[in-house]
Amino acid sequence: MSLKEIIPQKLKEKFQNTEFEISVYRDELTIKFDQKNILKVCEFLKLEPELEFLLCEDITAVDWAKRKNRFTVVYHLFSLKNNFRLRLKADAAESESSTGEIKWSIDSVTSIWQAANWQEREAYDMYGIYFNNHPDLRRMYMPEEFEYYPLRKDFPLMGIPGSLSLPNK
Amino acid sequence: MGLESQLKEHGFFTTTVDAVVAWSRKNSVWPMPMGISCCAIEMMAAGDPRYDIARFGSEVMRFTPRQCDLMIVAGTVTYKMSHVVRKIYDQMPDPKWVIAMGACTSSGGMYRSYSVVQGIDQFLPVDVYLAGCPPRPDNLLHALIMIQEKIGKTKAADFKNIRRPELNIIQNN
Repeated sequence: MSLKEIIPQKLKEKFQNTEFEISVYRDELTIKFDQKNILKVCEFLKLEPELEFLLCEDITAVDWAKRKNRFTVVYHLFSLKNNFRLRLKADAAESESSTGEIKWSIDSVTSIWQAANWQEREAYDMYGIYFNNHPDLRRMYMPEEFEYYPLRKDFPLMGIPGSLSLPNK
Repeated sequence: MGLESQLKEHGFFTTTVDAVVAWSRKNSVWPMPMGISCCAIEMMAAGDPRYDIARFGSEVMRFTPRQCDLMIVAGTVTYKMSHVVRKIYDQMPDPKWVIAMGACTSSGGMYRSYSVVQGIDQFLPVDVYLAGCPPRPDNLLHALIMIQEKIGKTKAADFKNIRRPELNIIQNN
């Protein structure tokens, strides 16, 4: 049995109350599940002796614009032991504040992989997804005083005039 | 029988102070290599033995702005980087000149995007715009020759009312 079958099977045994959407595309395994379980699932994938996903290669996000759960956070993991890549997906939780502003958030996995620190900062900078319990959630690329999230679908390509400062001539 | 014809036999000639100063200044332009991205590779190639920027007296690429009089802005300038470029330019002693090397610095180039300044002339006085993506080293030499021609025409009086950087700009940043 290959890892493509072993991993879903192990996850289903361990987390019996959780739904896992499993898909294989171009020989790559993708698992989608509820964001509440992100910490537990990641910890399991890292610590399970047979799997050992020690390397968190990338964390990014997808903006679905008009969908109800607007943002999906994507994790790319790699197992050095098995030479196997795994993709995890989870929709960020939506919550509306009393002023009507919608905030998207998901638990940070920095406690599991230190490498997630900058990856999550990048996703926060570009999409405005808040990572709960992140040790240092600051902007990564854009200036700190910048007020927008440039990779969102509703952000204009040429930016918002006056939002980025230039030196005096 | 003027002064010139008398002195000629002894190896002298007459000229103006302005002409001597401009001549010496233009043949010893010290560039500040503001290499930000791929254009910097071509700028480095301009310094190698094949193209040899030393032939034009500009081989002394100083990495401190305080010893330079020509800034070669070679690469994509983002809004975040623009403050750094300006701060370095402000530290260069007067008189000073700027080459906008390549499409990105001149107009934003292929980066028609929210993060890239669409032409550094929005915050710097540019003397020569250099086309190409990236421009060849000999193209950079051509820009340098144009700068030299420009410097050769200057007089000391031209720099009388030069704009000094305001001190608070440097302190606040």
